[in-house]
Amino acid sequence: MRVLMFGWEFPPHISGGLGTASFGLTKGMAALDDMEVIFVVPKAWGDEDQSAVRLIGANKIPVAFRQIHYEGYKRKFEKIEVSSKIVPYTDPEDFWKLTRSEISGYRTFVQTNDQGRIDFSGRYGTNLMEEIQKYAIVAAVIAEDNEFDVIHAHDWLAYPAGIAAMQVSGKPLVIHVHATDFDRSGGNVNPDVYRIEKNGMDAASKIITVSNLTRDIVINKYNISPSKVETVYNAVEPVNISEDVRDIKGFDEKVVTFLGRITLQKGPEYFIEAANKVLKVMKDVRFVMAGSGDMMERMIKRAASLRITDRFHFTGFLRGRDVFTMLSMSDVYIMPSVSEPFGISPLEAMQSNVPVIISKQSGVAEILTHAVKVDFWDIDAMADAIYGILTYPALSQMFIRNGKEEVIMLKWDNSAMHVRNIYYEVVSKH
Amino acid sequence: MSVSQKKAICLYFQVHQPFRLKRYRFFDLGNDHYYYDDFTNESILRKVAERCYLPANNLILDLLNKYKGKFKITFSLTGMVIDQFRLYAPEVLESFRKLAETGMVEFLAETNAHSLVSLFSKEEFVRQVTEHKELIKEHIGYEPVSFRNTELIYSDKIGSWIADMGFKAILTEGAKHVLGWKSPNYLYCNAINPRLKVLLRNFVLSDDIAFRFSNKSWSEWPLTTDKYVAWINKLAPKSDLLNIFIDYETFGEHNWKETGIFDFLAHLPGAVLKKTPFKFMTPSEIADNLQPVSAINVPTPISWADEERDITAWLGNDLQNAAFEKLYFLTDKVNACKYDLIKKDWNYLQSSDHFYYMCTKFFSDGAVHAYFNPYETPYDAFMNYMNILSDFEIRINRMNPASEEQIEILKLNSQIKAKDETINKQTAEIELLKKKLLKAKPKSKTTLRVGKTAVITAKATKKDSGSAKVKATLIKKSRASVKAEPVLVAKKISVKKTKKTPAGSKSKLTGKSAGKSAPKTKTSGTRKKISK
Repeated sequence: MRVLMFGWEFPPHISGGLGTASFGLTKGMAALDDMEVIFVVPKAWGDEDQSAVRLIGANKIPVAFRQIHYEGYKRKFEKIEVSSKIVPYTDPEDFWKLTRSEISGYRTFVQTNDQGRIDFSGRYGTNLMEEIQKYAIVAAVIAEDNEFDVIHAHDWLAYPAGIAAMQVSGKPLVIHVHATDFDRSGGNVNPDVYRIEKNGMDAASKIITVSNLTRDIVINKYNISPSKVETVYNAVEPVNISEDVRDIKGFDEKVVTFLGRITLQKGPEYFIEAANKVLKVMKDVRFVMAGSGDMMERMIKRAASLRITDRFHFTGFLRGRDVFTMLSMSDVYIMPSVSEPFGISPLEAMQSNVPVIISKQSGVAEILTHAVKVDFWDIDAMADAIYGILTYPALSQMFIRNGKEEVIMLKWDNSAMHVRNIYYEVVSKH
Repeated sequence: MSVSQKKAICLYFQVHQPFRLKRYRFFDLGNDHYYYDDFTNESILRKVAERCYLPANNLILDLLNKYKGKFKITFSLTGMVIDQFRLYAPEVLESFRKLAETGMVEFLAETNAHSLVSLFSKEEFVRQVTEHKELIKEHIGYEPVSFRNTELIYSDKIGSWIADMGFKAILTEGAKHVLGWKSPNYLYCNAINPRLKVLLRNFVLSDDIAFRFSNKSWSEWPLTTDKYVAWINKLAPKSDLLNIFIDYETFGEHNWKETGIFDFLAHLPGAVLKKTPFKFMTPSEIADNLQPVSAINVPTPISWADEERDITAWLGNDLQNAAFEKLYFLTDKVNACKYDLIKKDWNYLQSSDHFYYMCTKFFSDGAVHAYFNPYETPYDAFMNYMNILSDFEIRINRMNPASEEQIEILKLNSQIKAKDETINKQTAEIELLKKKLLKAKPKSKTTLRVGKTAVITAKATKKDSGSAKVKATLIKKSRASVKAEPVLVAKKISVKKTKKTPAGSKSKLTGKSAGKSAPKTKTSGTRKKISK
């Protein structure tokens, strides 16, 4: 079975869990004999790990000098003219001609470069909406050029691409919900994003969610039939902590770590308040907020005004080896997310022998037993848990030992198998 | 001319360069105890020395010689900049010494660390001022009798401390909100101790040179000495004293040579002496010769920075206050320490510049702040500084208790601990080797003599590989986690093992697992593999 997969990012060019999860899943699939994955991203940088997958960069596909079949003629039951709205043009002169001749004006125009390709930034920039649309055009072209049995789109950025490919090829679409805008925005949902998400969910034959928490959101907030939504939990890549990650901790205090984007969704302020409470009763502990984000400056101010900055450190964004170094220095890992569809990072911490405290509002809480679970707003419970793990070695040892055993069982192979079954199901029903 | 009718002009230049800190990360805590960006510090100091300090000092020396006692000038050199001169540009220090030798130059005392300590404690403040006095005496050969506080920070209380220390005069800002209707162009005295004279900066005349000189959009540009002297003359009927206090870097660095700033300076003394009733005087002369018109009340600290002329450029937000409190929280611990290195870092970390970098007032004086700031954001500055401060605290905590015997005991203890560890490791190794020896004996084919001088390089077969390849060092096998040291330790063990073997005794070390031994007396380089 061949799968045409649309994502937005691919390691090493990732900004969060989405890239990690889609990579893990494709790797898991590559291990299955009957699976072949073509992975499409808006921008291929050239240094991605392509051992497990054929990677296509949408920026490498020429679209200007060819006919795009707008009518979706391969579609089995009806003719739809949806994608006819988009026509590529090469330069302003072309655009002027095109706009002049098209009086009806229901087409959308996109800029192509001199090779007839569309440029993508591959980032979450200001022109995100435009990029998503461009991505969909290229997706249609790719869908024409390749043979496949099923389309799989990761997260809302890739849904329009998935839909376009579906319309061109007539193959079934599976969408994978790693997060919804309800998680990202803390409730202030962007109507444009919601529309794209809703369209994707409606068009899909099957929806995969990363946790039951997300499944409930999809069912209740997007009004999707429960029978169409299935949870496939994420897993974690076995880490090979490289030899050069040394234990470089140069001080005696214990370390409590928050590692992630410093944004509303991740609940950094609750970590600071809990840290403040812990510091009132014990001094030989340091707190680290590793990462960056739009709330970082506010968090630094808050820590400064609480006068805990001699024990509360900010590292800025950590990449690569520094992440493992940070984990190797940590005695507790905390993820106080306000809303976390899944949350792979605590699993990575558990692999590195660090006890974890996670919020009950995270998908990963559904599958972990050997982790402290607290409500994100419950800073007393959080402080309590931190103090307990730091103070009682027996407790932390238990979490480390059992946690590691537990996390070893969470393999991408299992997730991939589950997804494969879903593919067969949609293909057979199609 | 009677004493009270004398009119004076006081030119004072501030010379300062901070020790800029390097990027210090959380991972460095407890590991890296060096905090300074040597490259930046050296290159900036060399650059400023060549553009400003050296040419300006030469010019001033010429002027002093030319006007033979009629031109006088005042400098204040911070402890930071003196340290940097000593490190990177000793010739600058030498040229200042030459200026001092003319007798026409007054050097001021200040806080050695260029710190905000005057806002924290009298005791620490007095210590730093005394330190700086000594420093100036040592390196410039001048004993200061007048004082300027860091950033011209002044309050009645700070003034009274300075008076108690025996200083004649103090320099500060002619801040409008303090003066009200009063003019800065007279001599004042401290409100608590009237013996201390207070010189107030005329910020209009000062900033005309410092900030506006090369500003082409300024309506008075270009500024000539004639124009400047005309302004001075306009003030003359209602002024006793004009205080022009500016950063020395104004000459050649903030305003490049091409702007004509050096020509301006070269012609200023002549023009002032010829065309105005003012004489050049230094602060101590002013204190001796001029009569104060009244006391000046400054209940809350003022400074020469920003529109507000207060201390909010350094202690205006939570970041700055948190850092400041943490810094001085360490005072007692530092004082209990006796290490010069700690004292030095303690001084450098107090420099007001670090707090200036954390300033979040971007509105009125944002550009000025950005000019001096090596960090991208105040938050970066804060994170970096707090990391360094945390490391500094870790260090002094390790050193306290500070009495020398106790330090000695601590050192010995750690040595004993280290030795115990080595002994334990080695005992384990010996046990292991013995076991191997026993195992190996029945299968032995070769017997090796181990003499007194022989060194056994014990190697063991890697168990998991299954092959008989002699690869892993013995120590690796028993302590897989130990990394960098094993080779060394392994050598030590092998030596020890040899020593424990009685001379002449026959040690049978062979077989599949035992590996090999290479008697030094024979061929220490060749490694004979004995297996199977």
